[in-house]
Amino acid sequence: MLCDVCGKNQATVHLTEIVDDQMTELHLCEECARQKSEQMEQQFGLSDLLAGMAEFTKPVQDKEMVSVKCKKCGLTFTDFKKIGRLGCSECYNAFRKYLAPLLKRIHGSSVHMGKKPLTIGGIAPKEDKESDLSLLRQRLQKAVEAEEFEEAASLRDQIRQLEKQQQAAPPAPDEGKKE
Amino acid sequence: MKLNDLMNHTSEWLKGTGPNSDIVISSRIRLARNLDKYPFPHWAKKEQSQEVNLTIEEAKAKVDFLKNTTTFQLAGMDAVDKQFFVERHLMSYEHAQRQDSKAVIIDDEEIISIMVNEEDHMRIQVMQSGFNIFEAWNIINRIDDALSQQLSYAFSSEWGYLTCCPTNTGTGMRGSVMLHLPALVMTRHINRVLAAIAKLSFTTRGLYGEGTQASGNFFQISNQVSLGHSEEEIIDNINGLIRQIIEQEQQARESLVHQNRAMLEDRVNRSFGILKSAYIISSQETVELMSMLRLGSDLGMIKNIGRRTVNELFIVTQPAHLQKLENRKLTQQERDVRRASLIRERLKI
Ligand SMILES: [Zn+2]
Ligand SMILES: [Zn+2]
Repeated sequence: MLCDVCGKNQATVHLTEIVDDQMTELHLCEECARQKSEQMEQQFGLSDLLAGMAEFTKPVQDKEMVSVKCKKCGLTFTDFKKIGRLGCSECYNAFRKYLAPLLKRIHGSSVHMGKKPLTIGGIAPKEDKESDLSLLRQRLQKAVEAEEFEEAASLRDQIRQLEKQQQAAPPAPDEGKKE
Repeated sequence: MKLNDLMNHTSEWLKGTGPNSDIVISSRIRLARNLDKYPFPHWAKKEQSQEVNLTIEEAKAKVDFLKNTTTFQLAGMDAVDKQFFVERHLMSYEHAQRQDSKAVIIDDEEIISIMVNEEDHMRIQVMQSGFNIFEAWNIINRIDDALSQQLSYAFSSEWGYLTCCPTNTGTGMRGSVMLHLPALVMTRHINRVLAAIAKLSFTTRGLYGEGTQASGNFFQISNQVSLGHSEEEIIDNINGLIRQIIEQEQQARESLVHQNRAMLEDRVNRSFGILKSAYIISSQETVELMSMLRLGSDLGMIKNIGRRTVNELFIVTQPAHLQKLENRKLTQQERDVRRASLIRERLKI
């Protein structure tokens, strides 16, 4: 499928937009999708952008989305859409279904590739690229099964990148830090 | 360290040293970090915010890198004092607005600052003079590692550091470089450069960050994406982009010097003339004229006025700095008069 905007590139981003109760579907290439989100940011500011983007997530407008609430802090997804801010770190789990595509849209990826805290809850996490890889591979498999090819492609790229890093730097990357 | 000690001190980032400091004013990295136990600041109850404040203060005391720091509680702090920190880029304008259980931790060199209970529980910032983003990363990475051993961060192996706003999720990192691009503005190439930057998912802001207009040819460029790339990759990307912009500014300066030398000398020296002789001057006019003075000094057209003097003047002519200097509140008219006299004094050769 070709991009609705430029008509040149392959469409890889599929949006469902609701304007005045009219549902329109947009199929965009990555370049045009990025431009569209930039336009929106300039016009509406960040919280509108987030709210607007949340609207794009599929399935379109489900009732559950309106009422879903973080058990730890009490923030509802509707609150989040209004203020563009989450209430606590647990919100990420509570709104996981809606946040994953949103993060993807904002950052072009939804997998953390950066550093880790030295301890989590007082315990040192295993500095283990192997387990990251197997986690990514599991998620890739799930994405393929669910026919989420966009997600699958990005996971595939991340797996490749991790494998490359592993080959490039065999010793533990942490050693130099503790001087 | 007391707040008033800072008055007679030059922040590290203002020293005008470091690589490419003719074009790059400063390089800065900030990390957003939250404690997993507490709601984010805007959603936390008063007692929870107080606990966060206390917990971070206790953790800070155990970190060697943060030995020479002072914590300033914002509760009850004078508005001018808060503005003073904002003008020195030690905290954001937003942080100065509400005050419940907010604090800012600052080291003696003004390299490190940690805003407590801003949008996130911690906004750790490291500033360096000139184009020195890798060094800023080295420093902040060690501080963050050390703090992560004392505090239980909100972190998920899938999404990284969990932040209040999803635009910061992942690394929680924003690298910013402050550039002085007068030649690109004068040759009207700047819009093309800014458009290219926006296409690459970088943002451009003015001298004082979010929501401010670029003024006096100063531009702050930062990464927009924080998830899906490692910190080093993001820094590499910023580095590559800034390198290109520096080259373009250098070329624009060269072509101005060769093709329009008289026009350039005229603008630089007129600006210098006004600064040396004005008796009333607004901060906006100051920034614009100082931009020309800085360019003249960088190109060797103005002798005897160093980059450090110019950099310092940018800061000490700001409203809160003038009022701290006089030790009393000044009306806008009084400030414009005091600003002019301060500039005349400092530019005497
Ligand atoms: Zn397109
Ligand atoms: Zn929550």
